[in-house]
Amino acid sequence: MSAIVHEAHGHTEHAHHEENFVSKYIFSQDHKMISKQYLITAVFMGTVGMLLSVFFRIQLAWPGEPSDFIHFFLGDRWAPEGILREDMFLGLVTIHGTIMVFFLLTGGLSGTFSNLLIPYQIGARDMASGFMNMISYWLFFLSSIIMLASLFVESGPAMGGWTVYPPLSALPQFISGSGLGMDLWLTSMTLFIASSLMGSLNYISTVLNLRTKGMNMNRLPLTVWTFFITAIVGLLTFPVLLSAALLLVMDRSLGTSFYLSDVIAGSDMMTNHGGSPILFEHLFWFLGHPEVYLVLMPSLGITSEIIATNTRKPIFGYKAMVGSTLAIGFLSCVVWAHHMFVTGMNPFLGSVFVFTTLLIAIPSAVKVFNYLTTLWKGTIIYTPGLMFSIGLVSSFITGGITGIILADSSLDITVHDTMFVVAHFHVVMGLSAVFGMYAGIYHWFPKFFGKLMNVRLGYIHFWITLVCAYGVFIPMHFMGISGAPRRYYDYSVYEVFDHETFLKIENLNLIISLFAIIGSLGQLVFIFNFFYSIFKGQKAPQNPWKSTTLEWTTPVEHIHGNWPGELPEVHRWPYDLSKPGWDVDYVMQTEPLREGELVDGGINEH
Amino acid sequence: MATKLILLLVIVLAVVAVSQLMKLYEISSTLKNRNEYEISRSQNRINGFLMLLFMVVFFISMFVLMVKIGWNGLGDSASMHGDSLDVLMRLNMWIVFIVFFVTNFLLFYFAYKYQHKPGAKAYFYTHSSKLEFLWTAIPASALLVMVIWGLSVWNDITSPASADAEVIEIYSKQFDWTVRYAGKDNKLAKFDYKVTSDRNLLGLVNSQTLEYAIDKMKNDPLLGIDAINNKLNDKTLVFNAEERKKMTETLHRNEEIYRLLVQLSNRFDKSLDAQSWDDIIVAGPAEKMYLCVDQEYEINFRSKDVIHSALIPAFRLQMNTVPGQTTRFKFTPTVTTKTEREKRKDPKYNYYLVCNKICGSSHYKMYMEIEVLEKDEYKAVMKAFQMGGELLSPKDQELLKGVFGESLPKAHTFKAMFEASAPAPAAETTTTEVADSTAVAETI
Repeated sequence: MSAIVHEAHGHTEHAHHEENFVSKYIFSQDHKMISKQYLITAVFMGTVGMLLSVFFRIQLAWPGEPSDFIHFFLGDRWAPEGILREDMFLGLVTIHGTIMVFFLLTGGLSGTFSNLLIPYQIGARDMASGFMNMISYWLFFLSSIIMLASLFVESGPAMGGWTVYPPLSALPQFISGSGLGMDLWLTSMTLFIASSLMGSLNYISTVLNLRTKGMNMNRLPLTVWTFFITAIVGLLTFPVLLSAALLLVMDRSLGTSFYLSDVIAGSDMMTNHGGSPILFEHLFWFLGHPEVYLVLMPSLGITSEIIATNTRKPIFGYKAMVGSTLAIGFLSCVVWAHHMFVTGMNPFLGSVFVFTTLLIAIPSAVKVFNYLTTLWKGTIIYTPGLMFSIGLVSSFITGGITGIILADSSLDITVHDTMFVVAHFHVVMGLSAVFGMYAGIYHWFPKFFGKLMNVRLGYIHFWITLVCAYGVFIPMHFMGISGAPRRYYDYSVYEVFDHETFLKIENLNLIISLFAIIGSLGQLVFIFNFFYSIFKGQKAPQNPWKSTTLEWTTPVEHIHGNWPGELPEVHRWPYDLSKPGWDVDYVMQTEPLREGELVDGGINEH
Repeated sequence: MATKLILLLVIVLAVVAVSQLMKLYEISSTLKNRNEYEISRSQNRINGFLMLLFMVVFFISMFVLMVKIGWNGLGDSASMHGDSLDVLMRLNMWIVFIVFFVTNFLLFYFAYKYQHKPGAKAYFYTHSSKLEFLWTAIPASALLVMVIWGLSVWNDITSPASADAEVIEIYSKQFDWTVRYAGKDNKLAKFDYKVTSDRNLLGLVNSQTLEYAIDKMKNDPLLGIDAINNKLNDKTLVFNAEERKKMTETLHRNEEIYRLLVQLSNRFDKSLDAQSWDDIIVAGPAEKMYLCVDQEYEINFRSKDVIHSALIPAFRLQMNTVPGQTTRFKFTPTVTTKTEREKRKDPKYNYYLVCNKICGSSHYKMYMEIEVLEKDEYKAVMKAFQMGGELLSPKDQELLKGVFGESLPKAHTFKAMFEASAPAPAAETTTTEVADSTAVAETI
């Protein structure tokens, strides 16, 4: 139905479509504008999240030493005499995690790239529902504002860690951030979930209904496949987080006992009985774990596309890539309790989750080896996008393998909740997703803004980021292996009973913080390049990377309905790169098949 | 202020400088007729080389960290299950590091080797069922070994404790640990959070603690039901809506707890009193937790307020403490503190229990020291905790001196503690009378 509307729209109206400032730039229903809105919001939120991490990294490297830098931002209330307060330390950790996971990586990847690329790459004039798409962005915007506002509340932002386990997050008697700060956190997340659900519904229906002629599911670029599967997983799991959040709201405000039982809060003997905080952990991680893959899968899709284009070689094992994404998507929903091996849950249940968790390693390994084979005998062109993609493959390997240790319930006893875990998930999901996002921004910048980003600054940015990212997180693994718990304001207690470990931790903390600070400064190169290129960048040609997919057949300038005339018709899969028998090393998807030519790289033949 | 202005100025100048440089660079590239999307041969070469260089530096730093910090857990374990866990950790680490080095090597080497060279054409290679089967099967079989091995260790660790295991309790609250031993009768007494009070930190139930808790709930000068009722009905006091709401809520809660306590008390069997009086309580961080070498323990974990996690790295032991439920972990310490200190050549080294689950602002300060003793020392310590150190035989006192130094420990039984903290009988009424009304409102 909407397809027909769009068709009619595209043909008849786009020439004399009047738009004012508000409908074009603010309440836009155009997927391209919405994706730009998502992108810029995410870049802003990412910058804030990074700044917060610099504050607590300074505290960890130089515990108890006054810092003008912290004082400048946090003032007398949260950093009296330049020394960060211990409750604010936890507040920073919490909001850093929340912003990075949800606002940068979920909004920045799914929101930005699904919006930009799904209609472009499947040959649709716009999303299935432009209106819902607009609402989705503005809910995201609103939730970002509320999350940022919670930083300015008198009693502080939420301080229970991004996982906000009750009872700590349920009652303000336990920590000041569990008052108004936590209310705002829950409100913000509720809006975020609504936004994400609307987005997911839109992505799914667009992919299913609005593919252009010839674009069957076997010919979708891998980006679209990953966005599609991501949206399905998000649609199935985000509502569970919503229910977890709502039950927490009830426990906090209406006196219910879903998560509370036999609790004494300061001098208050609570009457709540029969609930269990472990229930919250189950509900939270039912989203929380798939969430990791919600941010990872779009990055993997982006990387597949960029590696294929810039090695001038078809992605190896298209079907295996799709299959492994499906497998990861499915398995990600049945592994959540591996976050809870030491909560005292039934050991047999633990065994089941060990098994399902380790299963994920198989499709992940398939992906890695397929990437390696794609690079093999390719002709690699070092665009910044490609370099970040290689960074992604590396961090996906490095972070993935430590997951094998964490997935083992017995080994988890020693490393659970230590810095080893922090290092693991930062590498496998943080770095991989951020690298994927950077790769996507460099690669599709021409489609966002019609301009090209500066390549040299891109190189500088990549090398600083790669070196500093590993400089931060590799030592962090060793810190965790030495027994350093996470979310510690400082490690001075260790000095009392284990001097050797204390020294190790202190030295590593210093190294990590130095890399973190340099790495953060390195991101300024990107931010500068980003905004500079929007306004002053070199004007992009229609298909700068000589890619095969449909988005590169659209005009450089954004137009309503994406294609000026008829929608393009697709005749082949997206990876006819360096195909024997062709003079050029890429064949657009719109190019009709020659007689006797190998169809779709032979992937459908048996 | 001046420094801030200068800082701002420097940033602005830096941005201007970079943007000017960029303009220059762009003008020069247009002169050379170069486009941002055309990656030159030298750019390819440099970045390809840097990929290789990065790999070398990356691998070397990894080795340095492995040698300097250790990649293999936390040094030798000091518990029975810890040894088998360490073997498993070593196996996993070997596999992980081999995969890490091999795949990262292939990645960066390919990135270097297959950089674009003029005239080269990529190999059109779309799929190979054989290869894909290979790299599904290899990880799958490696994982199978790891799963089976891992789960057999897991089953050992989580199997029920044997009959001669000593049951002790670790109780957590913001921000310290308390340990309870079963005492003479070898039985941990029953607890209920509602009888928790200043005199009964762990909420142990017996007829006296019940009586005390009921009395406190009713007559406490600050938070008792009567006190709050009086405040609320006192026409001479003015409260704002917020204060009044809070007081009413506390009142309702306390009334419900009071009702439940009375019910509990009516049904309580007085003959069980003795079970709780002999329990031994040791509160950290001022006091240490004592364990006996080669003795199996089953620890029951409880929490008063939020989720904490008891982590004892040396024993490879970790378990969350969850309010409202009891969690368990069994283990056997195998090395005494003395031996461990000699082994590490660190006379100050101690085993320790730290909190490993975010639990509030002083989370990082929540710890307790643990001392593992020889069997005869441990027996002497427990005896001293039961009856007070002075009453022990000279031989036992000698052993105690090895643990506590010159000052002999007092009795740590629940009875001793409960009685020592008894309020002076007259004090109660006077405090009720002089209690400052604003102070009451604030506390509530």
